[in-house]
Amino acid sequence: MAFKPLSRRGFLQGSAALAGLASLGTLPGMARAQALTEMTVGFIYVGPKDDFGYNQAHAEGAAAVKAIPGVTVVEEENVPETVDVQKSMESMINFDGAKLLFPTSFGYFDPHILTLAKTYPDVRFEHAGGMWQADKHPMNVGSYFGYIGMGQYLNGITAGHASKTKKIGFVAAKPIPQVLLNINSFLLGARAVDPAITCQVIFTGEWSMAVKEAEATNALADAGCDVITCHVDGPKVVIETAAGRGCYVCGYHADQSSLAPELYLTGAEWNWAKVYTDMVTAMMSGETIPNFVRGGLAEGFIKMSPLGPAVTEASKAQFEATRDAILLGGFAVIKGPLKDNLGNVIAAEGQSFVETDVALESMNYLVEGVIGSIS
Amino acid sequence: MSDDLGLWAIPIAMIGGAIRVSTPFLFVSLGEVLTERSGRINLGLEGTLVFGAMTGYAVAYLTGSAWTGVLVAALAGSVFGLVHGLICSLPRVNDIAIGIAMMLLGTGLAFYFGKAFIQPVAPDLPSIPLGGWSGLPQVQAALDVNVLFLIGIVLALALAWMFRTTRIGLVIRVVGDSTDAARAMGLRPAVIRTAATAAGGAFAGIGGAYLSLYYPGSWNEGISSGQGLMAVALVIFARWNPVACIWAALLFGGAGALGPALQSVGVSEGYYLFYAAPYVLTLGVLIATSSPTRAMTGAPGELSITK
Amino acid sequence: MTTFARTTGGDALVALARRAEAVAIPLGALLVGLAVFGLFLLTQGKSPVAFFGYVWQAGFGSAFSWQNTLSRTAPLLFAALCVALPARLGLVVIGGEGAIVLGGVAVGALGVALAGTSPVLALPLMAAAGIAVGAVWIGAVGALRYYRGVNETIASLLMAYIAIALMNHLVEGPLRDPASLNKPSTAPLVDALRVGPLPGMEVHWGLPVGILCCILAWVLIDRTTWGFAARIAGGNVRAAQVQGLPVGRLILGFTALGGSFAGLAGFFEVTAVQGSANASLASGYGYTGILIAFLARHNPLAIIPVAILLAGFEASSGLVQRRMDLPDATVLVLQGFVFIAILLSDTLYGRLKIFTPERWGRG
Repeated sequence: MAFKPLSRRGFLQGSAALAGLASLGTLPGMARAQALTEMTVGFIYVGPKDDFGYNQAHAEGAAAVKAIPGVTVVEEENVPETVDVQKSMESMINFDGAKLLFPTSFGYFDPHILTLAKTYPDVRFEHAGGMWQADKHPMNVGSYFGYIGMGQYLNGITAGHASKTKKIGFVAAKPIPQVLLNINSFLLGARAVDPAITCQVIFTGEWSMAVKEAEATNALADAGCDVITCHVDGPKVVIETAAGRGCYVCGYHADQSSLAPELYLTGAEWNWAKVYTDMVTAMMSGETIPNFVRGGLAEGFIKMSPLGPAVTEASKAQFEATRDAILLGGFAVIKGPLKDNLGNVIAAEGQSFVETDVALESMNYLVEGVIGSIS
Repeated sequence: MSDDLGLWAIPIAMIGGAIRVSTPFLFVSLGEVLTERSGRINLGLEGTLVFGAMTGYAVAYLTGSAWTGVLVAALAGSVFGLVHGLICSLPRVNDIAIGIAMMLLGTGLAFYFGKAFIQPVAPDLPSIPLGGWSGLPQVQAALDVNVLFLIGIVLALALAWMFRTTRIGLVIRVVGDSTDAARAMGLRPAVIRTAATAAGGAFAGIGGAYLSLYYPGSWNEGISSGQGLMAVALVIFARWNPVACIWAALLFGGAGALGPALQSVGVSEGYYLFYAAPYVLTLGVLIATSSPTRAMTGAPGELSITK
Repeated sequence: MTTFARTTGGDALVALARRAEAVAIPLGALLVGLAVFGLFLLTQGKSPVAFFGYVWQAGFGSAFSWQNTLSRTAPLLFAALCVALPARLGLVVIGGEGAIVLGGVAVGALGVALAGTSPVLALPLMAAAGIAVGAVWIGAVGALRYYRGVNETIASLLMAYIAIALMNHLVEGPLRDPASLNKPSTAPLVDALRVGPLPGMEVHWGLPVGILCCILAWVLIDRTTWGFAARIAGGNVRAAQVQGLPVGRLILGFTALGGSFAGLAGFFEVTAVQGSANASLASGYGYTGILIAFLARHNPLAIIPVAILLAGFEASSGLVQRRMDLPDATVLVLQGFVFIAILLSDTLYGRLKIFTPERWGRG
């Protein structure tokens, strides 16, 4: 098992994430249950499962789980974050006998998963991106996520090499911590190449709104951005529109290289297949899945799309060197001296927030060099 | 930097946005004008638009020809219009309610059959670079005009001419203004309304094909953010005048580009409110131009929604 | 046979036949719609028998299924009333979604401010806030119609888009709980201010309140002079004005009342389901409500079974996806066919001989 479990205590101790590992043995609920020969696993998606993005990444993970002997996978797509998702989960439990559920949208966590987990203590609920807290949340709920910001940092390195205007663009859905970390990482990656680069961000306000995403992409191209990436549920429109304007593109969530083969530099992809097969296998063999799971490139939670034809040798060299450094662990994108784009100090000289630092999951700033504001 | 336009970026972006975004609004509202001028209202054009987007994309992908996609989208749209028209020809059937039902059915069928076409990449419709005279890439991009936009403008002018001077235009107007007068003239209102609704549906289907085949240029279930419904609103805004539909669609499209354009020059506080600009603007103009005492000028007399 | 209808017994028979007609025609149309959908499934190589079996199993076949269906019913009742009441005046209001989300935001915000207060005081105040905001929002649509002649269908649609933008702005900006990291929301309501489920069930109190509201709305429309006046005004505004009916007050009153029901839907979504106001409030209940109101022919009592039926269809969507490998849009297609069939059946009223005893004697 390659899980990197953390307790919530690690959060308060700032970068001392290792403390989480130390406390692992004391977490309740770690007793070994009996091994299973058959199990039903449910996946619920907030959008269509082939959106070239968020939901597709999860559905690809579900597809990998189907290959595990004895496992039955049941899926539902386009389930809203209302009583609907509670009933979908219950239906999977009652009609299909699901013992492990992956309701994958962020908005499913509170209150929907938390409500059902109390009613069904013998069912395991695993949630992507949530902040499970031992003192607040049931033991049959777990949250997992990956350091995808590292992928956006690597995206930024290829962007920094490719940009001629020294201005890169980011189409973002909403100014929430997960998105802000990606924006900041993208710019800091580019600034590792050339500190003069700036990043223009445009928020669309919606997770999936095709025309607005296209308009935002055009506005970025009009503003002189020549490398564009995004954080919306389905990056297809952004990638195609940006490529149509002759901009280089970096992917997100899933591999979008087929949409713009010439202009696609690389992409930060989820590798949920690894995470989901590990979790299901663990549960099948009677192990208990830790409640707070995080992982990055090294753990195989995220991966990078193969480098595109437009990536130069110099770019490739820096990309690979940085990737190898990240694989060693302890890499920090957010490190001092660093200010946010309002001039406040985020990290003093010598201070750094390594990828495992839970404090990054409550990010509420855009770093210096990002053009945009979060409210 | 030579191509940093400062605040000039906003009007240029709005012009570009107006041209890019307005075409579906233009086609659907022209279709609705034709339908409503005959005395019926078809609220279901949102469903027709979504179904047109799906079929257009699917056919373009399967045949390799974007124009074949547009043609089939128009055909599919006319079938939806025909069904609406035929059902509403029966006595006591409510055209607004049937429209809502058709919206549901059209969207449902589009999503049902569209699953297989989300992943493939279909060919795009061509555009004409009208901005070649300018050295600015922003202007060139803004004036990269799709052929369907130009066809839409010609269509609007043609419809206006048709209503004003041709016999068929007169027939549609008479039927729309008074069923009794039309019957007295020996016309068959139900047949004419059904034909007008079918033609209107074809326009909406083309509007959908523009969405999936040009801008944003892909098929997915979120492709329409209510363009079909809003276009029906724009008809009242445009007072059933096809030429006014051009301005209404452009204004609405341009206002929609305001949000991203403002953010691109660094104004991003309260961006949700900027995104609401097209709706606020439309409502404001409606309030300013409506009157409680006189009936709406240009409103067809038989229209259920304005009676 | 003309003598027959004039007798009292004949009148009773005619009335009975009318009632039978009002039940039999929609039921028949429902069956026709289901049959057409069954044919559609056959063209797709899927078994209609299996499909309807799953709909029954997931929507109505067990205690869990009924809880599933009824949990989804509550917001639909309120949303449908928001359409049905103005419809009595001939107004087509399609923007109830706006009143639901803004009502919800008001409830969420007030709930945060009243965190320490007794629920006996706080909950009614919160409900009142939701009702007031909904009433003002849809009442404004009525006012625009009456005072400015602005088309209510368009105005309500535009205002729904504006309301959703306002909601997003508020829950991500001024009203955001800084601790709501990746799901911008107002601060969570304290447990005391959450509306719980009915005793022994998972269905929340929104369901009985919604049913009560439907009954009250029916009494208003069917049993009071206000309702009678509204029906006359709905038939012909000018005739109503000539007769001295207060058309303006009727329009304002009925739109505001419809909006207050939508606001109440927002109240229950926040207090019984979400626990805070956030973007999940805009989940389309307002639009489903339009469908239900038209299917129920704007009769508040008929809204109850229609809403339950639609909720049952939606409750079965998941099982159908999982067992038959059909896309989630299948239920949309089903609803589309059923909806068209039922609306189409409007043309049959008064034309079927079996329901028109006054014509029985004629050849």
